[in-house]
Amino acid sequence: MTSDFLLSLAQAVSKGLLTGMVYGLMALGLSVIFGVMRVVNFAHGEIMVVGMYLAWMGFEYLQVSPMLSLPVIAALFFAAGYALQRTLISPFIGRPEHQQFLLLLAVAILLVNGCLAIAGPDSRSIQMESQFDSYDLGPLVFDAVRLHAALAAVAIAGLLWLFFTRTRTGKSIRAAADNNMGALVVGLDVRRLYAFTFGVGAACVGAAGALMITIIPVTPFLAAEYTLLAFVIVIVGGLGSMTGALMGGLLIGVSEAVAGLLLQPSLKSMVSFGILILVLLLRPQGLFGKSGA
Amino acid sequence: MTDRNQFTRRLLGKAALAGATLIGAPLPLRQGFAQTGPANLKVGLLLPTSGIQAQIGQACRRGADVANDVFGDMKMPVRLEVVNYDTESKPDVARTQAEKAIDAGCHILVGAFDSGQTIAIAQVAEQRGIPMVVNIAAAPQITEQGYKFVVRNFPTAPMLITGALALHKEIFKVSGKTPKTAVLMSVNDTFGTSMINGIKALFPKLDMPYEIVDTISYDPAAKDLAVEVAKAKATKADMLMPVSRLNDAKLLVQEMVKQRWEPMGVMNPGAPGLYEQDFLKTMGKYGDFMISNVPWLDPKSAMTQALDKRHAAKFPKDQLDINGGFTFEGLLVAAQAWLTAKSTKPGDLMEALRKTRIDQHVIIGGPIQFDAKGQNVTIKAAAVENLKRKPTVVMPLESAAAPLVFPMPGWNDKRRA
Amino acid sequence: MKLIRRLTDGVPSRALWALGVLLVALLVAPALLGKYGLSVLILILYFAFVGQAWNIMMGFAGQLSLGHALYAGLGGYVAAGLFFHYGLGPWAGVFVAVAAAAAAGAIVGYLGFRFSLAGVYFALLTIAFSEFTRLAFDHWEWAGGSGGLFLKVDSTVDVWNLRGGPLLFYYLILALAVGAFILCRALLESRLGRYWLAIREDAEAAQAVGVPVLRCKMIAVVISAGLTALAGVWNAFYYNNLFPETAFAMGRSIEITLAPIIGGLGTLFGPMVGAVVLTGLGEVFTDASEYFHVPGMKQIFYGLALLVIVIYRPAGIWPWLAGRLGIGERRP
Repeated sequence: MTSDFLLSLAQAVSKGLLTGMVYGLMALGLSVIFGVMRVVNFAHGEIMVVGMYLAWMGFEYLQVSPMLSLPVIAALFFAAGYALQRTLISPFIGRPEHQQFLLLLAVAILLVNGCLAIAGPDSRSIQMESQFDSYDLGPLVFDAVRLHAALAAVAIAGLLWLFFTRTRTGKSIRAAADNNMGALVVGLDVRRLYAFTFGVGAACVGAAGALMITIIPVTPFLAAEYTLLAFVIVIVGGLGSMTGALMGGLLIGVSEAVAGLLLQPSLKSMVSFGILILVLLLRPQGLFGKSGA
Repeated sequence: MTDRNQFTRRLLGKAALAGATLIGAPLPLRQGFAQTGPANLKVGLLLPTSGIQAQIGQACRRGADVANDVFGDMKMPVRLEVVNYDTESKPDVARTQAEKAIDAGCHILVGAFDSGQTIAIAQVAEQRGIPMVVNIAAAPQITEQGYKFVVRNFPTAPMLITGALALHKEIFKVSGKTPKTAVLMSVNDTFGTSMINGIKALFPKLDMPYEIVDTISYDPAAKDLAVEVAKAKATKADMLMPVSRLNDAKLLVQEMVKQRWEPMGVMNPGAPGLYEQDFLKTMGKYGDFMISNVPWLDPKSAMTQALDKRHAAKFPKDQLDINGGFTFEGLLVAAQAWLTAKSTKPGDLMEALRKTRIDQHVIIGGPIQFDAKGQNVTIKAAAVENLKRKPTVVMPLESAAAPLVFPMPGWNDKRRA
Repeated sequence: MKLIRRLTDGVPSRALWALGVLLVALLVAPALLGKYGLSVLILILYFAFVGQAWNIMMGFAGQLSLGHALYAGLGGYVAAGLFFHYGLGPWAGVFVAVAAAAAAGAIVGYLGFRFSLAGVYFALLTIAFSEFTRLAFDHWEWAGGSGGLFLKVDSTVDVWNLRGGPLLFYYLILALAVGAFILCRALLESRLGRYWLAIREDAEAAQAVGVPVLRCKMIAVVISAGLTALAGVWNAFYYNNLFPETAFAMGRSIEITLAPIIGGLGTLFGPMVGAVVLTGLGEVFTDASEYFHVPGMKQIFYGLALLVIVIYRPAGIWPWLAGRLGIGERRP
């Protein structure tokens, strides 16, 4: 009896870890955007949903696997994010939160209803041949699709880490995030950096979307809950910390899975919110964030 | 010559005056000159075609869009003027749109799928004294509140369940195999909760041959049901009874395949999900042989066949389902009431609605008629089994289009093509 | 009366006349508008009222709350539940409802301020509490769980139990909106109002000068929550049904914030103007989108309108409008 339960627990944890990686990638995009520019991106989930639709369309009409269309989508989103930041968002940096909130809410409404008008309300999903495959590791069963998505997410996160630590632009962005005034003094073109940052964040989200469509179906109305999820993860993990975003994703993924096992499944989300409240109160900088942020 | 000109001019002048009077005359006067029979019936159709219920709202609308054509095919001397209103899946919008519809001259309201929105509209209908035909909404309260202007052509949750459970016994009898235990899995929202409560209440009274060993409920927004399915599998129940919507149905079956759980049967006691087009397309061969006990379109009815044809012609990419079917029937009820009442006055229409008796319609069940509370109690649940990727009626036997397959073949069974 | 003098002190007489005319117009509106127009006006007044309530917390005390549906939902459920189970009339039940919401507001406010949460962090705290409560109500049988709570409807007009047609609810929400307006004006003119102004300008300096910052903020939150609860009670008895997934929905919370932000944060007339513009635009767009036969067209127009307004009039429509009409409020 207990070993059955332990097995279920292990299974839940492993499933949670895999899903959590993709969550983490999505949250990473928000961490980058919010961490650097302090822009409250309420359209985060919506951007991911557009990415999901693009990946779906690539599969449905061009028979291209999301894994392959991922780099294309990421590049597209980078460009779009860059443009969006330069035109729409840039004037709103430093403005009161409620104005940023309203701006991005408007963007979110446009994206969601644009998707509804173009793609219709029916949920769309991808059926790959590997859909029902799994890898066995001892008594644990790993879902093939989720494993692939998680590995891809880790790879992308790794690329991002390299970008932020090895390239000049990446380091400049981190400098600007840490100390805006100092960055200006040193002669960094902060505006261009911000646009770059938003582009990178958007690219992250687009990539996460391409991975997400392999795991769950997409409807236009999926977006709001993922925006919320992204914020929960980023805050729990810690703002401005890449590790924090990924770890936060893992934590939320696992806690959802385990909570579903131990409590009544419909109370799963309560645990995530409970964790959020605790973190907000006890350690607002997040588990991996720097204090005094 | 001058006389003739004057005469002509004066005549012209008189004609012009008469014409101007006619045009400028108040409406009723003009109506009196123009027509002698009752004006055409104007129906306000309120559905959530945008917002989170858009998928179902649009499916409903498609059923309504072909109604007039089907009436023509069936040689019914009626052509409704249907005005579409979008409730945006919100009760406050539903309410204002209902008022707008009535202000715009709609004689009857039909709608609205969601219980909250339906009740908002029903209150408006009641206050303004305009009849309302509910096409879909399962909350029992709608016909328990004592509304005098509302009729509902859709079963309540208790009706759905009683019918479904009775059918189970039929299915076991015909196939010769009876499960001893069942596990109930349900989405935890308005619909799911009323189904669960209904099942729990009615189960003991119906003398079922199996017992329900566990009830597992889950969040409607769940992205993953591995844990829930693992729990269900661990109960070692013979049969699974899922109360699910579309997305969770997909997740459920996916998990069942991955965890290699092959119960004797998957019998949906009245929820959507398992018979929907998107489910069948996505799940491929794994979606076959699931049984849903839901009201369904009667394949043997001539009107259904006409509806099917018109729907397929106008919407080739979309499958006709009970959402479209019930919405069509809502319009059918309205049309029939107008034919009987021969007037568009609300009192006459309401009178005719109460006396409705429509023998030929599209949903399986007795003739459409409404009891004292405005509820149609003759709707029968059918057993609809997914066969060859299409939901096919297998019971009741009179309406069956194919033989029943029970128990459910395993995931790798040859019968799954 | 001295109170009236204090309330109208500093307001140009043009503005007072305009207000008077507006009030008379609203009083006789039901006789002039059709049923549809009346239902739209009811919605406008509802959003003006609840926006005014939210405005107290955001505009006056500077705390962005994106979880105000919590208070509306609590208010509605408590009053409706008491009526449904014990027959307690809403005029009595409202006190319990307001107390419950005020308590919730106090908890949220205290946690927020005590732990120095501001901006997005505070907003997320409010969302978390609202979602948490939604899930809790989904499982609470007394409130009907996720199956919902339904109040019995009949055609009798019973003011004591708030049973009646749109007319009753129109005058009720009108009274609430006017009351909230007067209350806000009184608050702003009082010492508390000046403290709020100081806190908004520079909280640390205010603290240094001896302004009881925490207490003032708490009062703002509690008043805001309590008023929102009134809206919730009104809502529950007008629509006669409650579901956790809609009553506590984040969409509701967001709806509440739109009118005051669009109209003009922190201003007295902002919520009303915002409500008129948004609801009016909404109806116009609904009509316009009928020509397109594309579902969701109305929301696209709506989103574009929001975008345009926040880009070109970020401080809100009312301050700009008031400037044009020359009846500007004393800028807070």
